[in-house]
Amino acid sequence: MEIERKEAGSVTGIYQELEHWNVNTGAKTIHAKRMPGFFRTIKNYTQALYLLFFLVPYLRWNGKQAILFDITNSQFHFFNLTVLPQDIWMLSLLLLLLAMVLFAVTSVASRVWCGYFCFQTAWTDWFTWIEDKIEGNPQARRKLDVAPWNVGKIWKKSIKHFIWMLISLLTGISFSTWFVDAYDYWNKLVHFQLPLVGWVTLATLFFGTYILAALLREQVCMWMCPYARIQGVMTDSQTILPAYDFRRGEPRGKLHRKAGEEGRAAQGDCIDCYQCVQVCPTGVDIRDGQQLGCITCGLCLDACDSIMDKVGKPHGLIRYTSLDELEGKPAKKMYRHPRTLVYIGIILIAFGGIVYGLTHLGSIALKVIPERQPLYVNLSDGSIQNKYDFKVLNKTDHDFHVTVTAEGGVKDQVIIGAEKPLLTHHGRSTSFTIFVRAPGENIKREVTPIVFRIQSVDDPLIAAEYKTKFNGPKR
Amino acid sequence: MSEKHEVSSVPTTGHVWDDDLADLTNQPPKWWMLGLTASALFCVVYFLYYPSFPLSTVGGYFKGIGGWTAIKEMEADVGEVEAVRGKFEARLKGMTPAAILADSELTEYVTRSGKVLFGDNCAACHGQNGIGTHDRQGLFAPILNDDDWLYGGKIEDIHASIEGGRQGMMMAHKDILSAAEIDALANAVAKGQPNSTPLFAAKGCTACHGEDGKGIQAMGSANLTDKIWRFEVRNDKLNDAENMKKLVEGIKRTITYGVNSGNPQGRVAVMPSFKEAGKLSDAEIKKLAVYVYKFGGGQSDAPAAAKAPAAGAAK
Repeated sequence: MEIERKEAGSVTGIYQELEHWNVNTGAKTIHAKRMPGFFRTIKNYTQALYLLFFLVPYLRWNGKQAILFDITNSQFHFFNLTVLPQDIWMLSLLLLLLAMVLFAVTSVASRVWCGYFCFQTAWTDWFTWIEDKIEGNPQARRKLDVAPWNVGKIWKKSIKHFIWMLISLLTGISFSTWFVDAYDYWNKLVHFQLPLVGWVTLATLFFGTYILAALLREQVCMWMCPYARIQGVMTDSQTILPAYDFRRGEPRGKLHRKAGEEGRAAQGDCIDCYQCVQVCPTGVDIRDGQQLGCITCGLCLDACDSIMDKVGKPHGLIRYTSLDELEGKPAKKMYRHPRTLVYIGIILIAFGGIVYGLTHLGSIALKVIPERQPLYVNLSDGSIQNKYDFKVLNKTDHDFHVTVTAEGGVKDQVIIGAEKPLLTHHGRSTSFTIFVRAPGENIKREVTPIVFRIQSVDDPLIAAEYKTKFNGPKR
Repeated sequence: MSEKHEVSSVPTTGHVWDDDLADLTNQPPKWWMLGLTASALFCVVYFLYYPSFPLSTVGGYFKGIGGWTAIKEMEADVGEVEAVRGKFEARLKGMTPAAILADSELTEYVTRSGKVLFGDNCAACHGQNGIGTHDRQGLFAPILNDDDWLYGGKIEDIHASIEGGRQGMMMAHKDILSAAEIDALANAVAKGQPNSTPLFAAKGCTACHGEDGKGIQAMGSANLTDKIWRFEVRNDKLNDAENMKKLVEGIKRTITYGVNSGNPQGRVAVMPSFKEAGKLSDAEIKKLAVYVYKFGGGQSDAPAAAKAPAAGAAK
């Protein structure tokens, strides 16, 4: 012990640690045991949310797909709501909101996303469940892996890979149907009439799912996923995470009947049964402490608790707890965790922005672009004419007519080009050319502010204004 | 080569730095090796599919099994544009300019797509967006945005101007009128009141410019009573008095030396026929007529009816 302590911190100390530190580079396939338990049940429920991913695209609303990210027409449909690209700023707020929720949850309860909600975890879990059903329990699977190739092995392996590919294909199809009409997509798919981008998307998702979830599995979390690392640094000593109570567990050792009361008292509660390692989907040993490979799924808690039941010890040798608590420090109150409060603050701001955006979507938007070449035109009666390009975005689901009026500007100005109400087409921008003519002697300034207002003929509440300028000659 | 390091069972490369620093010969992760192999395969496929390397022995280059060329890609892109425009172009062919103008969808198409045609053929003299161009003598080609038209601002008139070209004509008066007479006429015209001097009628100006001085569009003679001048524009850098002086000088020059009169100091006002020159097809001339009309100066066929509400609103 003395020698080790001396060497800790030196270069060779790192190598010594490396010797007993198992780095999972995927050389060995991890065959995790499946065990029922509290966290297993929670995980099943949270992962079942991904059924929505497969099913929601088939939901119809008013004869259209209820939720559709319509890329071809640059529209986002959410039931009655249609969001056009002009309102895309809300998307950035939504992304901010989601990121902050991830940060806040991680700082409070560690990698909840990784353990219960991540698609990589979910798909891998399903794929290994299928493997378990076809090839049997982990021992049988390890035996099968080293067994010589025979009919039985080939049959089992092909069935497994076939089902994996089927799910991967369905994943690709389901992903695509969020962006195009689902029924239309299936129709085109079965007739092999998808556009190139459709095939590329499908192939990418198919191979992506198959390779990442079926073959690479935990290697993705260990070496590819940036969020695993980002979330890893967001936990601190106040974060609750699945942790091994080393004070209670050590020194670990096999349970010996012979040891008697004395021997047992000297021993910790950990009986070194390796169940926590056996059930771990990423193959880490939680007793080594919090580490990169731990996706905090809680399956080792289920395993350990079931063993503790058998040996007659209380639950919670491995439990959700903070490092502070493990080390016997007093638990800090929530408000003394300022980082989380900052996250929550940003969440509230982003959420407020989205609510504001959704309630102020409006039905119509106006943009007026004054002609810049020429800025103005002299007319034969001495008046000055300006040309404006109107872009009216009708966000409703029906066409309607609008009137054009102007406030400010020059005395006795006349608006030309909107004598009759103008038709605006729904769901897109309609352009008009509008002229404003004003008597030359009334123009007092080179640039006069003018506010255009458009208003629906049917509904005076549907209106929009745009502030711009009327240009005249230098005075 | 390989040699075991004391701290690990993994063999090292055999080289030791700084007494105890060695390189373990660990394999890169499998997924990384797969990625590397896939990238290498991609390069091979890419090199075979696209033209990728010169073949110096035969003096050419490897054409690629995909048959891709930049020209083909460009042609495909052009084809895409043509397909979008084709349906509009097909409709344009059989229509008169007035009918195009009556169709809002086609008008929209022409005003959007006519910019290139105008830029290539018209803007050299008339300026981008028809703002006119200037030379040392003044305005070189008329502004097309305003409501003053020498030969008429109806769609048919504009179409005829582009198709057949226009040539202004005014004789030089330096041998007919005295300097004082020219000066008097120029001042009267500059004020927009040509008839304020009896010379206007007496010297025969009315023959071309009309008795009221408002010009005759069939001849292309200018309206002398309005505020727009064929060869002069207001200079914003000068004040009103200076501008007036400049205007009078310009008018004197026009009266003295004429327009297209053969006099080297005379004004030049020539627009070629774009049909005769073979530069533009019938459809293109029609498109340009609508495009120019839409600058804002185009006059509808029933000016009285159209002007009435505007005039009412002005009051």
